[in-house]
Formats: sequence, structure tokens, C-alpha cells
Amino acid sequence: MKASRQYTIFVHVAAVVVSLVILAPFAWMALASVSQPTDLISVPYHWVPEHLTFFRYREILHGNGQDVAGAFRQSIVNSMIVASGTVLISVTVGIFGAYAFAMLRFRFRKVTMMVFLASYMLPPIALLVPLYLIMSSFNLLDSKIGLIVVYCSYVTPFVLWILSNYFLSIPAELEEAARVDGCSRMGALFRVMLPVARPGLFATIMFAFLLAWDEFLYALIFTSTNNAKTIPVAIADFSGRYSTDFGLVAAGGLIASVPPVLLAIAFQRYVVGGLSSGAVKG
Amino acid sequence: MTVTTRLERPVIPPDARRPVRRRRGRQGRLAAVLLLPAAVVVFGVVLYPVVRTGIVSFFEVNSATPVTTPFVGLRNYHDIVDNHEFWATLERTLYFTIVSTGLELSLGMGLALLLNAPLRARWVFRAIVILPWALPTVVNGAMWRGVLNAQYGSLNAALTQLHIIGSYHSWLGSPWGALNMVILADVWKTTPLVAFFLLTGLQSIPAEIYESARVDGAGVVRMFRSITVPLLIPSISIVLILRTIDAFKVFDLVYVLTRGGPANGTQTIAYFTYVQAFSDQRFGYGSALADVIVACILVLSAVYLRALRRTEMSLL
Repeated sequence: MKASRQYTIFVHVAAVVVSLVILAPFAWMALASVSQPTDLISVPYHWVPEHLTFFRYREILHGNGQDVAGAFRQSIVNSMIVASGTVLISVTVGIFGAYAFAMLRFRFRKVTMMVFLASYMLPPIALLVPLYLIMSSFNLLDSKIGLIVVYCSYVTPFVLWILSNYFLSIPAELEEAARVDGCSRMGALFRVMLPVARPGLFATIMFAFLLAWDEFLYALIFTSTNNAKTIPVAIADFSGRYSTDFGLVAAGGLIASVPPVLLAIAFQRYVVGGLSSGAVKG
Repeated sequence: MTVTTRLERPVIPPDARRPVRRRRGRQGRLAAVLLLPAAVVVFGVVLYPVVRTGIVSFFEVNSATPVTTPFVGLRNYHDIVDNHEFWATLERTLYFTIVSTGLELSLGMGLALLLNAPLRARWVFRAIVILPWALPTVVNGAMWRGVLNAQYGSLNAALTQLHIIGSYHSWLGSPWGALNMVILADVWKTTPLVAFFLLTGLQSIPAEIYESARVDGAGVVRMFRSITVPLLIPSISIVLILRTIDAFKVFDLVYVLTRGGPANGTQTIAYFTYVQAFSDQRFGYGSALADVIVACILVLSAVYLRALRRTEMSLL
């Protein structure tokens, strides 16, 4: 079938318009992060600043570390540690659990999956008060380990869900063949299932990382100093207290967006696959 | 939830000679061992707080290290029902949930069709569309706070220079306006996710169906209504459930964009609970509120599930 010329033109125009709507606020944020503070508040506004300035990035990345910018840099490190730790633990325990859901037949399998998913649906605000009290009694407040423990509890159900669907999409015969050839179940999991499900595994890792990177409410309540504050908390601090210079918020926000945006673009095609395997049959 | 249906797929027994029950029993033990680490990681953290929130909601707890915590029975719940601020908050939350989910679904549908269309450099377009989804929620909030700012925001600058508005407008200045701006920010960020979700549904519709409909003389609109939408019902229903629940829980965006203001005009139920429990240190009352949220989410999910079961078109 050949698309008509009108249709082709319409589709391309629509794509350009949508792209502009999506990119416009983002582009302005990028522009603001390199504009002089005085240019930023000038009325009428000049879209193209006369002088570009990178002092905010310099402050954040190379400042002496005592001020806001230094706090921000520390929060990037914290976020990296917390998100990586969360991904490592939740994907590891998730691989075994997902294998059980996808490949084994046992009683209460549906119910068990439902309970895991229900815990993912729970609003964090419902757990906040008691968690706060427990963590304070275990001395886990304002610590990265405390955050990792809490994050794993909501990232793991998600990993189980996505990964078990990836495993289900692998033909069962493949696993059976491996076992006929003398593999144990775990041997089949590591030698056959995981290599075949590698795209799914990458997608799962990406989703898990984004979930942990994006989390805000727990981090807001459970952290108080540079020791464990994550990027979202640092940015919220920024935009609350230092709203006089939007450029600084913009620069911080852009830096905070680099890891998830790069991951999402790199794994773009898996995003589609990853969502579908969980959602839609066929 | 959706997984359960996928799990229905008949698994050919590896060796059918062995009695089924014994095999199940052995697999059951292995499954228990394999699921144990995940269960510890999840329920080790979640279980106690869920129970504890339920219990605390019957007490008056007014500090993190309280001296006395008198048992007050249902008084916290009674206070919630009596508080007109609570009802106003619930109303706002429902408005936010319904409008943002509705917009995201309809715009996401269009965007999904566009993502599926024969475009040059399609991957560039897809990479652009994925951007808002990958942007951290807090960054999204901070960004819109800048864009909508009354003094230096780029929206004011753009609209005045295009002569659409005469003077700078305070977008976040009125309660009603601010609530709609929160919706705008949410729609900007989440529509791509909805679109990608629907796109996968679109891609699973066989091209032959469209071919034969075309042969039968169906137009584009007719094909969309009679083929695309019915076949997308499973994807649409899942998006609807997930987005409704997520929108009902909205907190981050409100916190960064408006802090619930002006005049509590953007205070959603999660934000209200946060203020009560942590700013005002009313932990008992906050716990009762949290349980009300959980109950609302359960009711929402149950209503959806029933409606979907009745249509018999879902996978749930």
C-alpha cells in the first residue's frame, strides 16, 4: 500500500508540531541555564542571550562544595549509589522470582503475583509514618542504605512483573530442550533463559533505574543532609529556596536528567517491547 | 494483574508420566525457594507499616516520639469525614485524576497513531517523544514552575511577543488556574508514556485487517472506530487503570510546582496527608487519611475491574 501524498505531508507536519511542543519548554530550560541572570528576567524577554555563561555548571561541577552547588554535586553521587544499589538487589532477587512465576506451576501462583502487584500499587504516603519510625529506631534515617532498602520494596514487584512476562515470551521448548540436555533448572535459567531474554533484562534494568532515580517522597522524608539527599530532593530544595535564579535550577535539572534521558534514548526500542510484553497479549 | 492471564498459557508438562500432583509439589517447593528473596525484600519492608498504619489511625499520635498516645477509636476517621477541607481536597484530586487521565488518553491515542505512521527519521521522532517520560518528575515540576513564572516565565514572554495576551499573566496565581497548570505539566510528561503503551497495542494489530477493510471500501475514520479502537481495548483499559491510580497518588509534581497553593487550590489528597502528618505532626490523623487513600484506590481498581470484566474484552 502506498500512502497518499497528502497523508504523508500531514503526518510529517504533525510530527514536527508535536516535536516543537515537546522540545520548547525543555529547550528554554537549557537556554536559561546558560543565560546571564539579568538577561533571564529582562522584559521584553530576549530569546537569544547576548552572552552565554556557564558559571552555573562550573559551580555545580567544580565548586568548593560548601554551597548549594556542592550539595547538588553530592546529591548526584548519592542518587547514583542509591539507584545502582536498588537496581542490583531488586533485579537479582527479581530474576529468581520471575523465573518461578513464568516457568513453574504451583498453588497460589496467581494470588502471589496479585499480592506483589498490590504492594506496588500502595501509595507511599500510606507507609510513610511507620517506616519513618522504624527507620529512626534502626538508625537508617538519612542513610543511603536505608533508602536502598525502601526503594527495593517497590522496585522489586515491578521487576517481577516485567521480567516474568519476558520469560513467558520465550518459547517453553527452549528451556525444556536445555533440561533434556541435562541442565538443572537453575542451569537452564542462567545458560538459556537469561541470554535469550537479554533485551528484556536491559529494559528491566532501565525501568528499575528510572524508578529509583525519580523517587521523591521517601527521599524527602527520610533524608536531611548531604549524606543521603538524592537529586530530586536537591532540586526541590533548589527551586524552593533559590528561586531568584531560575538558571541554577535549570542547570541542576538538566544535569539530573542526563542519566535517565540517555538510558531511555539508548533503550528506546526496548521501552516499547518492555511495556508491551506486560500489557498486551499477542 | 495482566500477568495472571499470560500465566494461563498451558505449559506442556516436561514429562507427563510422573503424577501431576507430585510434580506440582516439587515445583511448589522450588518456587517458594526462588520467591523467598523477593518476598523478604518486599514484604519485609511493606508488611509491618501497612498493619501499623491501620493501628495508628485509631490513636492520637502527635509527635514522632510521643509521651502519651491515647486510643481514640474512630475519632480520626470521624474528623476526616467532618472536615470540609478534606472533601474539597478529594474533589480536587478527582478533578485532577479524571481530566489528566482523559487528556493523556486522547492525546496519547493521537500520538501513538503518529508514532506508528510512516515517518522519515522515525527514530528521531521517537527519541524526542520519549524525552518527557525520562525527565525526572521533580525536574518536570521545576521546569514548568519556570515556564509559568509570572515575572520571567517563557510562556508569558512568548504569548506577549506573539500578541496573544496583552500583559504578563500570573498562571499559578489563582487556585483554579494553578490546578489546571498542574494538569498541563502532568499531561506534557505522561502523554508520551501512554502513547508508547498504546503504540505496542497498535503494532499488534495485523495489517491484513486494514487491507480487507479497505477493499470493502471503509474510510479512515470508519476503520479507526471499527478496527483500531476495539482491538486496542485491552491496552486502553490497562493504561486507564494505571494512570488513574498514579494520578490519584500525585504528590511530587504538586510539591515542586505549587506546594499545594495558592490558597490550597492545588492541594491533592496525598499532599494534604503529607501536610497533616509531617508538617502538623498529626501522625494518627495522617495514618487515617493514608488508609482512606488506600481504600479509594481499592475502590477505583475494583470498579474498573468489574467494568472491564463485563465488557469481556479485557485480559484481566
